[in-house]
Formats: sequence, C-alpha cells, structure tokens
Amino acid sequence: MSDLRYIEAFRDPLLGRSLLDALALAAGRLPRSPVRIMEFCGGHTHAFHRFGLLELLPPEIRMVHGPGCPVCVLPKGRIDTAIELALDKRAMLAVYGDVLRVPGSHGTTLMKSRARGADVRTVVSAMEALTLAETFPDREIVFFAIGFETTTPPTAAVILEARRRNLRNFSVFANHVLTPPAMEAILSGTTLDGVIGPSHVSTVIGTRAYDFVSRTHKIPLVVAGFEPLDILLALRMLLSQIAEGRAEVENEYARAVVPEGNPRSLALIERVFERASFFEWRGLGALPRSGLAIREEFGFFDAQRRFSVEVSPVSDPGICECGEILKGAKGPRDCRIFGTLCTPDTPVGACMVSAEGACAAVFHYGDREGAVS
Amino acid sequence: MVHGSGGRASAQLVEEIFFPAFDNPWLRKEGDQAQLDLSEGRWAMSTDSFVVSPLFFPGGDIGSLSVHGTVNDLAMGGARPLYLTAGFVLEEGFPLSDLVRIVRSMGRAARACGVSLVAGDTKVVERGKGDGLYINTSGIGRIPEGVDLDPSGIRPGDEILISGPVGDHGATVLAAREEGRITTSLRSDSAPLDGLVAAMLASGPGLVCLRDPTRGGVASTLNEWARISGLCFEIEESGLLIRPEVRGVSELLGIDPLYLANEGRLVGVCRPEAADRLLSALRAHPSGREATRIGRVEKGRQGRPDGCVRMKTLMGGTRTVDWLLGDPLPRIC
Repeated sequence: MSDLRYIEAFRDPLLGRSLLDALALAAGRLPRSPVRIMEFCGGHTHAFHRFGLLELLPPEIRMVHGPGCPVCVLPKGRIDTAIELALDKRAMLAVYGDVLRVPGSHGTTLMKSRARGADVRTVVSAMEALTLAETFPDREIVFFAIGFETTTPPTAAVILEARRRNLRNFSVFANHVLTPPAMEAILSGTTLDGVIGPSHVSTVIGTRAYDFVSRTHKIPLVVAGFEPLDILLALRMLLSQIAEGRAEVENEYARAVVPEGNPRSLALIERVFERASFFEWRGLGALPRSGLAIREEFGFFDAQRRFSVEVSPVSDPGICECGEILKGAKGPRDCRIFGTLCTPDTPVGACMVSAEGACAAVFHYGDREGAVS
Repeated sequence: MVHGSGGRASAQLVEEIFFPAFDNPWLRKEGDQAQLDLSEGRWAMSTDSFVVSPLFFPGGDIGSLSVHGTVNDLAMGGARPLYLTAGFVLEEGFPLSDLVRIVRSMGRAARACGVSLVAGDTKVVERGKGDGLYINTSGIGRIPEGVDLDPSGIRPGDEILISGPVGDHGATVLAAREEGRITTSLRSDSAPLDGLVAAMLASGPGLVCLRDPTRGGVASTLNEWARISGLCFEIEESGLLIRPEVRGVSELLGIDPLYLANEGRLVGVCRPEAADRLLSALRAHPSGREATRIGRVEKGRQGRPDGCVRMKTLMGGTRTVDWLLGDPLPRIC
C-alpha cells in the first residue's frame, strides 16, 4: 500500500479491454436484452463518466443512475435550516465543501449567506469541526453533518469526543441517511435487472445489509470498488448471475468490504444515533426509518434542540425531473432544462448541484449535445 | 511596524537584505525609479501576485515562484525577460530569517534567468491583516523580431504539445498544506521557461501559441484556447504524463490532475509539420526532457462540438474535459 501505483493497477487499460471483451461475450448470452443495471452510488456514476466507460459497454447493458449522492438527496428544507443556523450570530457553521453551493428554497446558498454575515467554515473532517470548537471557545460551533453510512461514524465519534472533552460550545445538525431504505424504495418502484452496490458505504455496513435485495426483490447485487476495473468486473459478475438466473449478493470489492461490515463503525453509529421515524429525501420523498437522529442521551449536542430550529418540507420546482432521475426512472437528458436552464453554475435541481450528481456528471463529462455551456 | 514605515529601519531592511540579494547597477543608484535604455521593437509586460501557502514547499518557495511566474508569463509571448520589479507586503512579526531566505532565493532565481530586479517596494501590515508575506512581481521582456505567438492563429489540424508531467506543483503544495498528513517525495516543477521557449523558436517556424498552465491547470489552458479558436481540442490521456505520486495526492484530495497548477511547464499549439521538430527541440532542453504530444485541434462535429475539450481516456472511451467548477482554489501560487 505504500506504493501509490495501487491506483494504476485498477486502471490498467489492457485488463480493461479484456474485461470489456468478456462483457461483450457475456452480453450475447443474456436471456433478455437490454438489461437495466443501476449503479446506486454517485461515486460510480462519476467513475463511469470520468473514465469514459459508458460508450464502451455492449449495447445490451443499460446503466441507470441511482440516488447515492449525499448532497443530492438533501431536501431544500434542510439547507434552509442550515442557513438559518449559520445566520444565528452566536453560531459558526462547519460544513463539508460540497454543500456550500447547494441552493435552498429561495435560491440562497450557504456561500451567499456569508455575505449576509453568516460565519460558515469549510472542514474536510468532523474532527476539524471539533477543533474549531476548541479554538473558538466563545463561539457556538455547529457541525452540518450529512452523508450516508460512510460519514456517520466520524460524526458519532466527534459527539462522543465532545462529551469526553466536555465541550459545551459544540453541536451537530444531523442529516445522516441510510442506504438500505433508499434502495428498498427504489427497487419497489423501478424494474431493474441488477444493482452495482455502494463502495465506501459497504465498507461500513457490509454486504449482508443488501440480503433483502436478493431475497425480496430477486435481483442480483454486486458491491464494487470505484476504479474502472472494479466496475467492469462487477458488471461481468452481474451478467453471469443474470445469465444463470441467480440473484445473489456478491462482493467484487473484497479488498475493503467484508460481509459483516466494520463492527467498530457500526457500534459508534448505534451508540450515538437512533432511527428517526422518517426522513424526507429529495426526489424519493418521505421514507420511514431512513434517517438518523441523535439519541436523547446526547441531546445536549443536537443543534436542532439547542437552537430550537425545525426542518420544513419544501418541494422541488415542477420543471425539474430530479425526483424521477434519482429514482432511476429517467436519465439526465430526459429533463427539459438539462444543460440549458440547469447547469452546474445555475443548478435548479439536486442532481446538478453536487459533483457526484447524475446530471452534473453527464454535463461535466458528456458530449454536450444540445447543451448550452 | 518600523520596517515598512520609511524610517531608518526600512533603509536598513533594504540595505542589509534586498541589496545584497539583487545587486545590480539600477538598485545601487537608490533612486525612486529605475531608468532603462530600451531598444526599439516590441516589448512584453506582465504582472503577477503571489499568495502561496505554505511559503516554503519542496522544490521552491514564494520567492523563486514569484520570479518564475512573471518570467514565464513573459516567455509565453516569446519574449526574452529582462527587467523585474518586486513589491513585498509583510505581516508584522514576520520572521526576518524567513524573509532573508526568500529574498536570497529570489535573487538566485533572477540571476539564473538573467533578469535584473531593478526596483522594489516593501510595506508592513498589522499582525492579522496579512498572511506572512505576499509578493507581487512585474516584468518586461523583448520580443524578438518576427515572433508572433497568438492563439487566434490556431487552425484545425494543429497539434498540441506539453513540456513535461502534469500537476507536480499543485500536488506538492496541496500535500505540503496537509502538514504531514500526506508525505511524498514530490517537488514543485517551479522553473523558468524562457530558455525552453527560445530553443523552440530557434528550431524554426510553425509554433502558434504557448501558455504556462498555472492556476486551473492544463484543463483551463485548453478550454481557453478552445473558446478563443472556436475549435475542438482533442487530447489523449495516454499522452499525458502524470507521476504516480501526483495521481495519489489527487485521488486522496479528490482533484483531477488536469486542474492542478504547474509552474514550470508549457503547453503549445503548433502546425502539424512542425510538431516533430518542436518536440525534439523541447526534449533536447533540460526543462523539456519529458515533453509529449497530447492531441490535435479539430473542427467540431457530432459528439464533439466546437469550443470544447474532449479526451480519449486510457480505457478507450471519450469524455469532456470541462472548465473548473466549484469553489475557488486554495492558494497554491
């Protein structure tokens, strides 16, 4: 691992080409065609475009982009609440950089709120937010915590650490969401032939967390890494399952993911968080038991309680197809405003906001036909 | 605050630190201005401010960077850089030992490029109102007879060359900002490019335009040219050299190396018949040994409209290389 050629090994063009050949052969033996395969994660969507893989796939494979982008699924109401917290004179809001430009309900963003006096600081880790609380003892540091299971354990860890250090000026606005309920919602509404399972999320929750996909929905799922060879191999494994009529959870990303996940991370989540009765997802709507709330025991560190702020539901503009795109029912180019009204500089919907969003990936790396750039 | 107030301490700073480092006839006159005898012909002028953090990084420091930056901006027009000025904004309490180190490094860089630093200024701001040290340099250089490097001359069929690996400076500085959390043996590519440009021009005609891909990296340079020319820039990922460590830092920080700053690289567009010769000229020069051909300029067509940059990936697919999006870049130059 000390040699960073580790990256190049999983981008080897020769191996890539032989996997593509194998995919083409396997595609010819499929019982039906085309097959619809969803990559759940925005990281995979991004990789498909960044490495130019989509156009190389055999025509029998149709990739469907999933909702796995933590910034995309955050509803506007939660951005509004974050802005409200940031504008509180006592508070300094610590955020991950990707949420800065996300528009709330009136087109305002955390970035723009700075001009109105909000103190918003970018951090690259939850721990950095905690350090801010120690550096500025006279300020109230609020950490705007977002993300799937990957970023949840660090949030839990800093809440425990804040309690241990007796930091009275630190709190968390928790917006953590869970992958399996979102996947369940999608599979209940969309017909798919297979799923490429999340990469980083699976290092935490393990492959067993997806057993319901094969058991209840009878479709194959392969957990895959984010490198091009990972993705191509996962597709090859999915095609084999489809051809053989199997629907199993398999693990291509065995160098990082084990069936039971990471027990320490899972214990951290369990210790600090509990399932909220529902979470309002952008695109997917309110899903029961799909988001996490800070347990009563750690209520002192819950920014929503400390600042008495609430999250109101805000619907997306009617012309934007984000909801359908996040569900995999439509693609970015099916949206009337893609690349014209809605661009990464002027994002209307969630999928264009984050670099990991499907619309942003298609705009950023795509061929720009019909787009105004 | 006394060192920037114009009193005796200021004079002492100039005499003891700046004069020895930059010694030349113009400074020795101690006038309010430098008086230059310039010949007829076309002259290039440029200015650049340097706010890099950290001030010292492997392969250079803000001092050498501030000389190379302006020298290279002049060189990209084909000019032979001759005179520089420097303005220093110091934060109160900035260690004199660091200033000495930086100024000496500037002096060495200027001598190595054959430019004279003929005028300068120093101001000190209150503690907390600056970040240690900012430097501005301005420079002028003479453009040789017959040289006219201009991106408006780009035509379909032209070839695109680069003088070496991509992203060394940006990756080095970003790794250095992580203060030990990322350790690499990377070094900034910060270096003067005027010699390399002179060697290209001396090899014969056919060079259309040059650019040093600093902030925003190779991707931004190519997008600027694509926009100016209204043509499609088609590059091949296999032509780009990216050091494994640059790739590693980029992956860790989630940055595409094509957007990383370079401070000692040039990208050039040339006529197809001149490409081999210019590539040989680049490779024969110590600063261009790893030069490669990275692509061609084409008329827009289906799937690759005018004004865009498309890249054939190592895997064999194609993708757009977009303008840099998102937050302002950290202070890397």
